[in-house]
Formats: sequence, structure tokens, C-alpha cells
Amino acid sequence: MNHEPMHVDTDVLIIGSGGAGMYAAIAAARAGAGVMLADRSLIGRGGATVMAQMTVAAALGSETPDHWSCHYDDTLVAGRGLCDDRLAQLLCQEGADCIREMDAWGIGWARKDGRIAQALAPGHDRPRCVYVDFLNTGPAVSKTLRGVITRTGGIRKAGDLLIVDLVCAGSEVTGAVALHVASGAAVTIAAKATILATGGLTRLYRRNSASANMGGDGFALALRAGAPLVDMEFVQFFPIGHLAPRLIGMDPIMWDPFRYKLGGRLTNSEGEELTARYGVSEDGRYLTTRDVATYAIVKEVEAGRGSPHGGAFLSFEHCGEAALREAFGPVIDRLARNSIDLTRMAVEVAPIAHYHMGGIIADERMETELPGLLAAGEAVGGANGANRLSGNAITEALVFGRRAGVSAARRAMQTRAHTFDPRAARPALDLLTAPAMPDGANTAAMMVSLQAIMADNVGPLRTGAKLEQALDAIAEMTRALGEWPVGDGGAFDLRRVEWFDLRNMLLAARAVAMVALARTESRGAHQREDFPNMNASWQLNQVVRLGDRGMTLGRAGFATQAAAQ
Amino acid sequence: MRALAKLKVWRGTEPAAGHWQLYDVPFEPGQSVLDGLRWIRANGDPSLAIRFSCINANACKECMLELDGKTVYACTARLEPREMRLAPLSNKRLVRDLVTEIAPPAERLLK
Repeated sequence: MNHEPMHVDTDVLIIGSGGAGMYAAIAAARAGAGVMLADRSLIGRGGATVMAQMTVAAALGSETPDHWSCHYDDTLVAGRGLCDDRLAQLLCQEGADCIREMDAWGIGWARKDGRIAQALAPGHDRPRCVYVDFLNTGPAVSKTLRGVITRTGGIRKAGDLLIVDLVCAGSEVTGAVALHVASGAAVTIAAKATILATGGLTRLYRRNSASANMGGDGFALALRAGAPLVDMEFVQFFPIGHLAPRLIGMDPIMWDPFRYKLGGRLTNSEGEELTARYGVSEDGRYLTTRDVATYAIVKEVEAGRGSPHGGAFLSFEHCGEAALREAFGPVIDRLARNSIDLTRMAVEVAPIAHYHMGGIIADERMETELPGLLAAGEAVGGANGANRLSGNAITEALVFGRRAGVSAARRAMQTRAHTFDPRAARPALDLLTAPAMPDGANTAAMMVSLQAIMADNVGPLRTGAKLEQALDAIAEMTRALGEWPVGDGGAFDLRRVEWFDLRNMLLAARAVAMVALARTESRGAHQREDFPNMNASWQLNQVVRLGDRGMTLGRAGFATQAAAQ
Repeated sequence: MRALAKLKVWRGTEPAAGHWQLYDVPFEPGQSVLDGLRWIRANGDPSLAIRFSCINANACKECMLELDGKTVYACTARLEPREMRLAPLSNKRLVRDLVTEIAPPAERLLK
């Protein structure tokens, strides 16, 4: 493959077509910019948005009077003192507007007596979460945005396009180099503004609730281009991910909506309410925040009071068939096909990697430290601090996506000419045009090993020794991966795709383990068994960047700024 | 002896020049065909091309293929302890192995 790469010029390049990327594309195109919307999977099908089961939090005041500042207060409390208050405020202030815009675009939010219904979710002080029945919020968000994109001119869509590296001129991001997965061709893209809307890093873990393409690509792209990341130690585990009996064709986080609507009982093997020992008496309601519930389940399993497969029991037996049918209609039949009858049995649940609080540092315009580089959605760090509130993920995707699109368009309109220099694209192109390497590592097996290392050593409960082991293993795997990609480089060469994925995943994994090792306290989603208490001197945000001296750690003062105001 | 699912998988990049490859996969009740294909890749043959994104949630709708001549989603079709014949969609352009071009033309880089 020595022929010249295909080249594309665009005003705005958006990487990732989940909720954030699609909303950004619409906003940028409406502001008059030409947009290229790229996704390594198919447009609007991969990513995390399409997987969302139910809640989207916004102070609509549709069910109960509400104000954005109440949502903001709840977000800050859930974030355990570490939220970037500028971003948290933006999320809460503009969330309701995006929800109404989605409503006008025909998403079909569930309604009660003509008004948009709002469910009460743990950590919120009132019913605040809108949804689309049944378990259909994510697919409905994706489908609606895809429809609007089709009706909006000026957006070029390119699925199967995996971004290998950003291209810079000094510190300015001027475009990217990509692998067109479907053909194996190399592609260069010149862009006046580039938005990373690549989501989080849940794929680093064995059990996870997001798509196969959530491997922290955006974090690695940002690091290699020189942009800093914040709060990388805070990986949210969703406490009640499905564990047993085996279930196919259902998202493992599906029990969240069941708990919103029906409450349910979470118990240990002795039939005791599981969270009671950990300070929360739920009594059939759904009240426990994700960090506390995850900790409680892991600790109960450790104490020998877990379910047979190593989790907790979740039961809706007391609800009765009529209530189950009314709340979930056809889903009850899908469960029956998996031999699950909720009127007669409990299911087993356990924590599952779900969301990343950390990410790329961006300001209120979603601009990063690097001119020409913006971020949106889960890829942005800081808004949710040490623990994200239920329902804030889709909201931030929409709000941050819209902001990023507007800012990127503004920059593109003010930039006269592309400053993309093909010579700066050479190192990444060399990787793409590397000769076939038919032997070499089994990339699929390496992926499984990395997921095991992260789940076992950088999971919900951490120790210094385990984190050091993880860093050693990650360094060893990085050496084993080597400098040059494996595979033949042809059409849909999954080995080569996985090689590029591992290159990103290992960098993201290292960032998480390194900052987790440095934080010698327990806070939110970061729980250290060797430092079990929260420590006021740690009310600060850790920043990681990649430079000439390798990966380095620093600190930012979001939390202290917020405290001072 | 553990039961085996015998997956007979179509391999190739040209519709007229492919071949069938047989893989033995340890069978556990409750698995999906996609679980079996992912097992093959991690435990022996990472060169096998498949397309999937959401893994097991039937949300991305990317894992369509033909099982014994019928179109299914690999993530919702049950793995069974017998020979199962897996082929790419016959009405879509072949990319490689079980992967076909399923994106609408307006969502492709090359139309």
C-alpha cells in the first residue's frame, strides 16, 4: 500500500458520532460551517449514546417545579467536591433547552397527562429525569439526531473511519490522519477545527456497558497531540450490571430503569438489604448513588455474602405481574425468552464499568489548550467530579456537543486557510502504510488480557500494590505491542484495527493507573483500601500530560476555585 | 467431554474465491453466536473479520450475518452444540469474511 493517501478538506472535523458528535455536527452546520462527521464504527450506531437505557437529567420542571441551580447543587454533591463548576453549571443551565429542542425534533419523550414525564433518580432532590419507553432513550436520541443531520445540509458523514493521530503545526491542531477500515486506505484530513467526541474508556474493563469502540481513543489522541487530561482516576462503575442468569440481546444496565420505575430490593445472600450496612436504607426504593452501591456490593462479596456468581441479588418479586407489565410491556416477554420470570425469581447483578468522569480539559466553549482542538460529551473531564449523577451523561453530550459545534464553526469561519502540512502527517501515515505483518501478537487475546488487568487491579477497589502491578503489566504489554502494526493492512483488517486500538487503550490505561496510584485517599468512584478515608487536602484535580519527559502528573484547581466562590 | 459448537465460517475477500473454515468452540448454554465468534478471535484466529459494536445489547444492529442461510443478528442468535454455518449477507457487498457494506451510501467515505 504505497499509493498516495486520499485527502479531504473540511472546516470542522468531528471525531465520534454519538450524541455529542451528532449534536455538534448539527450546531456547526447551522452556524454555516462545512462539517465532516467521522466514526470508526457506523454513523450513530456505536459509542455510548445508543446504549443509554433510560434517564436524561434536566431541570424542566415538568413534573415538579425545578430550577437549574437545584440540579447543579445535586451534581456538585455527587461529584464529592471535585466538579469543574463552570462545566457543571453549563450542563445544568442549558440541559433543559436541549431536551426541549430534542422534543421539537420528535424524539418522543415519555409523557404523563400531556406533560413530559420525569423520574426520580438516586442523588437528585426531585423527579428530574426524562426518558423514552421502553428502555429506548439511547436509540431514540441517536435516531432523532441522525434524522436532523440528514435534513441539515453541509454535513459529510464517514463511517468506518478510524482516526490514528491528530496532526499539529506547533501546538495548533490542523487535521488528522485516519484509517478507512472498510478499504484499508490511508486518509488525511485538513480541518480548521477538530472536535473530539469519542466518549470514554469503558472498553478497558472486562465487564462493561458500552460499545466495543469506547477504548479511550480521544484521550490518547489528545495526549499525543499535547493536550492535558484531568480526573483520569475516576472510572464510574454502574453497580447493578446484569450478571446472571445469562442474558442475550439486552443491555447489562437494563435494571436501572426497572429500579427507577419499580424500586426493587437489592439484597445479599442472607436476604439482608444490601446497602443498609453502608449507610443507606432503601426500603424498596432506589436511593443509593453509584459510588456507594458499587462499594457495598464489592464489600459484601468480599465478606462472603455475595450471590453464587459473585454479585448481589436484585428482586422485583413483590411487585406483581400487573405492575411489571404496565411498566415494561414487551421487555417482560424478551426476559421470558431468556427464561427470566421476575415474578418468581431474583436476578444477580454486579458492578460493571460504565462511564468515565475524567477526560480532556476544556473551557465553557469546549476549547482545549491546543488551538483548533475542542472536545465534547463524555470525552470532556471535570463536569462530574469524582462521581457522576444518574442522568447527566446524555445531558452533557447534548449540551457540550452543541457548544462545541458553535465554537468550532466560529473558529473555522475566522480561519482563512488550512494550515495542514502533509509533512506533519508523515509519522502516522508511515504506521498506516507499514508492510504486512502476518505473524505477531494476537491482538484479540491482548485485549482480553488488558481488560483483566484493569478489572482486577484498577477496578472499583484499589490498593497501591495492585496499581503498581497494573502499571508494570501495562508497560510490558506496550513493549509486546511493538512499534509497528500487525495484520495485512487490507480491507477490514481487524488485527490492524485492534493494534491501533491497543496503542490508544494502553496509553489511556496507563494514565488511569498512574493518577489512581498518586491519589492516596478514597473519594467517589476512586476507593483505595490502603487509604480508606476522604482527605480534605486531596480536594484537588490531577492533570496528566504526555511530553518529551514521558507521562507527567500535575494538579489543577477546579475544586479549590469552586470552594472559594 | 464438553459439548462443542462447530462453527463453519465463510472466509475471503472475493465472493467467488472464498472458503469455509471450521472452528470448534466450547459450548455453554446461554451464549450467543457473537460470543462464539469473539471466542475464536481471542483464542486462536484474530484474523477472522466480524463487525460489531455494542457487543450484546442488540442496539447497534451491526452484527448481521447469515446463519444456515437465514439473516440474523449474531448477538441475539443462540449458539448451539451442533454445526452452524455462518456466511456474510448475500445481498450486500462483501468486505471481508463475515463483514459486508451495510452502511447507507450517504454515510460512507467512498460512495
